[in-house]
Amino acid sequence: MSNFPILSLVTFMPLAGALFVLMIRDSDPEIVASNARYVALWSSGLNFLVSLYLWFNFDNSTADFQYVEKAEWMPVLGLTYHMGVDGISVLFVLLTTLLTPICILASWDSITDRVQEYMISFLVLETLMVGMFCALDLMVFYIFFEGVLIPMFLIIGIWGGPRRVYSSFKLFLYTLTGSVLMLLAMFAMFIESGTTDITQLLVYNFSEKLQTWLWLAFFASFAVKVPMWPLHTWLPDAHVEAPTAGSVILAGVLLKFGGYGMLRFSLPMFPLASADFTPLIYTLSIIAVIYTSLVALVQEDMKKLIAYSSVAHMGFVTIGVFTTTVQGIEGAIYVMLSHGVVSAALFLLVGVVYDRIHSRKIADYGGLVHRLPAYAMIFMLFMLASVGLPGTGSFVGEFLVLLGVFQVNAWVSALAGLGVILGASYMLYLYRRVVFGKLTNDSLRKITDMSPREWAVFTPLIILTLWMGIYPPSFLDVMHVSVDNLINQVELAQSAAHTLAQSMDVNH
Amino acid sequence: MTDILVVLLPLFGALLAGSLVFFSPKDDIESHKVDIIAQWITCIGMFLSLAAALIVFVDVALEGNERTTELFTWIESGTLEVSWALKSDTLTAVMMILVTGVSSMVHIYSIGYMHHDSSIPRFMCYLSLFTFFMLMLVTADNLIQLFFGWEGVGLASYLLIGFWYNKPSANSAAIKAFLVNRVGDFGFALGIFAVFMLFDSVHLDTIFAAVTEKKEATLLIFGSEFHALTITCLLLFIGAMGKSAQLGLHTWLPDAMEGPTPVSALIHAATMVTAGVFMVARLSPLFEFSDVALTVVTIVGATTAIFAATVGCVQNDIKRVIAYSTCSQLGYMFFACGVSAYSAGIFHLMTHGFFKALLFLGAGSVIHAMSDEQDMRRMGGIWKMVPATYILMWIGSLALAGIWPFAGFYSKDIILEAAYAAGTGPGNYAFWLGIAAAFLTAFYSWRLLIMTFHGTSRADEKTMAHVHESPKVMIIPLLLLAIGAVFAGYLGYEMFVGHETAEFWGNAIFILETHKALENAHDVPSWVKWLPLIIGLAGIGLAYVFYMFKPDIPGQIAKAFQGIYQFLLNKWYFDEIYNYLFVRPSFALGRGFWNVVDGWIIDGLGPDGISSLVRRTAIWISALQSGYLYHYAFVMLIGLVLMITGYLFKYIG
Repeated sequence: MSNFPILSLVTFMPLAGALFVLMIRDSDPEIVASNARYVALWSSGLNFLVSLYLWFNFDNSTADFQYVEKAEWMPVLGLTYHMGVDGISVLFVLLTTLLTPICILASWDSITDRVQEYMISFLVLETLMVGMFCALDLMVFYIFFEGVLIPMFLIIGIWGGPRRVYSSFKLFLYTLTGSVLMLLAMFAMFIESGTTDITQLLVYNFSEKLQTWLWLAFFASFAVKVPMWPLHTWLPDAHVEAPTAGSVILAGVLLKFGGYGMLRFSLPMFPLASADFTPLIYTLSIIAVIYTSLVALVQEDMKKLIAYSSVAHMGFVTIGVFTTTVQGIEGAIYVMLSHGVVSAALFLLVGVVYDRIHSRKIADYGGLVHRLPAYAMIFMLFMLASVGLPGTGSFVGEFLVLLGVFQVNAWVSALAGLGVILGASYMLYLYRRVVFGKLTNDSLRKITDMSPREWAVFTPLIILTLWMGIYPPSFLDVMHVSVDNLINQVELAQSAAHTLAQSMDVNH
Repeated sequence: MTDILVVLLPLFGALLAGSLVFFSPKDDIESHKVDIIAQWITCIGMFLSLAAALIVFVDVALEGNERTTELFTWIESGTLEVSWALKSDTLTAVMMILVTGVSSMVHIYSIGYMHHDSSIPRFMCYLSLFTFFMLMLVTADNLIQLFFGWEGVGLASYLLIGFWYNKPSANSAAIKAFLVNRVGDFGFALGIFAVFMLFDSVHLDTIFAAVTEKKEATLLIFGSEFHALTITCLLLFIGAMGKSAQLGLHTWLPDAMEGPTPVSALIHAATMVTAGVFMVARLSPLFEFSDVALTVVTIVGATTAIFAATVGCVQNDIKRVIAYSTCSQLGYMFFACGVSAYSAGIFHLMTHGFFKALLFLGAGSVIHAMSDEQDMRRMGGIWKMVPATYILMWIGSLALAGIWPFAGFYSKDIILEAAYAAGTGPGNYAFWLGIAAAFLTAFYSWRLLIMTFHGTSRADEKTMAHVHESPKVMIIPLLLLAIGAVFAGYLGYEMFVGHETAEFWGNAIFILETHKALENAHDVPSWVKWLPLIIGLAGIGLAYVFYMFKPDIPGQIAKAFQGIYQFLLNKWYFDEIYNYLFVRPSFALGRGFWNVVDGWIIDGLGPDGISSLVRRTAIWISALQSGYLYHYAFVMLIGLVLMITGYLFKYIG
């Protein structure tokens, strides 16, 4: 199977599914909707199974890109269609292919309007997301990276809540502004190095001055995506207005674009600039962790609360990436993966009750445990995962990040660690107001517990969260070699520049 | 293998009982059956675990077969390598016996105590789950697994304090317990990071083996150079302070009494709250090399001992009195560790586990008899109606007050003697505060006994008519604990702190040659040996005078010293201060950040500001397109004038 284009298959199978959905025609809209759901579920589910091959067959002992595909695309411009995954990206592909069928299943009953178009949007979105993580050519990367915005914009703008248009435009403009700068930086890189091949760019030495500008331009794009403070305000709005599945993808996968981009571009390609800007990253991240945790504490809307908590958790990611320590970077990747599972589950949990009584206001709830014991238990589990209780995946990630950064700068570790205390405050406070207490709201009296479909949505996420917490080697082993390689490369570049600077000092 | 069974049996019990929660019974009979199944499963699991723990104890503590059982890899990242592993040495074995022993008693007791409750399977599940986490904590062979158990027991504590989730006070107390513990855990985590930075490992045996090389090492963290072991131990000790409710981080423990009484006995008296002491003893090889850290431990412990005892003297809720007593006794255990008498601390930990569980369960029996009344001001005059409970509470109180030959006499005396024998400033501080606290301990214990059982009844008639002795299922566990409260001190003395100490503890506890407090404790002047007993009897005597013979006196004293009384009644105002310092500012800052910074500044200057600027410009420009010919003509005219003016200036002017 060595020549089989498995990555292209995983990337484009959802697109093929989308074409099938497009071709569904029937006079009865119900039948069209139902068929669209099934086709979408089958194609994304099958895609998940195929993508498992990437994981099972992954060679943990090499830092090289694997399952590589290369084809001429636009020879005039020197562009190639180049795909491949390494230990850093492969698990994100799996996260995406896992969350998409879950999203489709979660939208089964809650989306009744324009189902066909909705499913198409989701499948196209999956293709673009998977492609983004596999791309090994700047232009291919850019197309996937930016393309994601279109279906996301539509999902929020069409199937969203009352302020959907405002939110979708905010999302679009924020992201686009950053990306334009990134595009300019990509042109500069191409002009400078003469290639758009990421594997070659990874070993190319940009001059220190150019690195600074390139780093800033990429940062503009990634910082919006992460999002880092103070560029985060689009996220709560987008989450609040997005349909449940939109929030799941947004928090679960889209937020990881920023952290992934920093690992793929900022750190290895601009190591000197990264070292210079690390204090900036630390500062913004610490502000993000503390500030957004405090803001989350006073939210009255469940989705907004979880959205703000996402910003706080992403603060750990950006800290971890720029520690350039094994624990820091592996921790950052782990936080992204576990947050992908946990925040997805939390948004789905909000969706479960939203589907029933159509409110996200915390004040409208209370005492759910009386009517929904299973729901209360699942919510408890993910609440605890979100606060980083040992035994869940989040603990492993956050612990590694804090351990990593402690060795570099203990203050950063201590201040970010405050986020763990604050995180427990807002999550326990949320849980108490929604699940515990007496059942007072009359509309909750007939609310029903989890349906089999909802169990099917949550079961994989429950298993995964505990698995990631109890037996992390399944996931950490995949990244060891790639992360080691990344760190060696960065340190090599930084020490080379250091010796150069020293020898120049001597010459003066 | 037996080690694994000890730990995992409670987990299986918890999982099986937990799955019964989702079984929705058709009628009362069926639901009763489910309850009984849950009780049987968890109790059998616990007793098997206890049996296995006894086997381990004989093997490890008595025959000296220390060992570590590796299960599987947990976290590997760079040089950090951590496995799930169970370490069995004497310290672990002692804790195992205590935990499984008390837990079994509490499981049985709960069958009686909770029989009116509607969620019995959930309760039994939580109890067993707690036991599992506690056993993981005491068997940890590395600091991260210790942390796993540490946070796990915190979780179980949170779930059990908030067990009656309809009560807002229970929910608040549960959150408070979790958060205050998180503050401690935060320090603990930083301590683990520092250990890793220093030793490049978090594995206990590796650290202990390397500690002598690192005794002079320094760490450059937080921007300054610290003596490595001192800063590490201090950070770790913050964790111990949180879990063991030491001064400053104690505020959650009294509130935790919102939970069902068996929980208070198991978690908030006998086992979880002692985890901090266990941790300090476990890490004795680190603490021994830092005099500063030991001094801090001593002073914090001694101060907590006296602080909690003073507050305990004025509380009226029967459980809160015992809670403050627990807090105070934990202080004793800590200052024992602080003067390097770790084994004395653990000895008191064990005896205290028995007699404090006895007191709590006895209090539960009283509450049960009084139709859920907890306020001692509405009790009294019931001793004839609940004779068994009354006698058992006496035994518990005698042990707590340290009266010969009850368990507390042996363990408390050796602690005070060691503090005296340390001969250091902190040691003396601890000794005298410990003596004062011993007086107060005896005083509040008998205040409790007299207010609860003697005098004329202050409860209403309906309650009094219902007063009844508890069923056998509750009394028998009390009896077994009472046996421990009577004999544990006498039986354990030689092994824990007497002549057999060295063989008994093996490598589990490390004490520097120069720290001779425990050795010298046996040779202190005889007044030091007699003082705690005399002062304890004096405290009992005073309580009789105040509450039996001259019941007007306490009120008069409270009136005369209104300021002090209010200060004590309000628990030194810790809650108010914390509320003012931390809780309210957090919410205010959150609101400020959200509305002002996010809303006005970021969005106002950013997207909303730009979009409104664009819109206003667009409106302004579109207003120019009025469609009237004379407007356009006018604009053209102005343009023409400007052009000509410009031209003239450029070429002529």
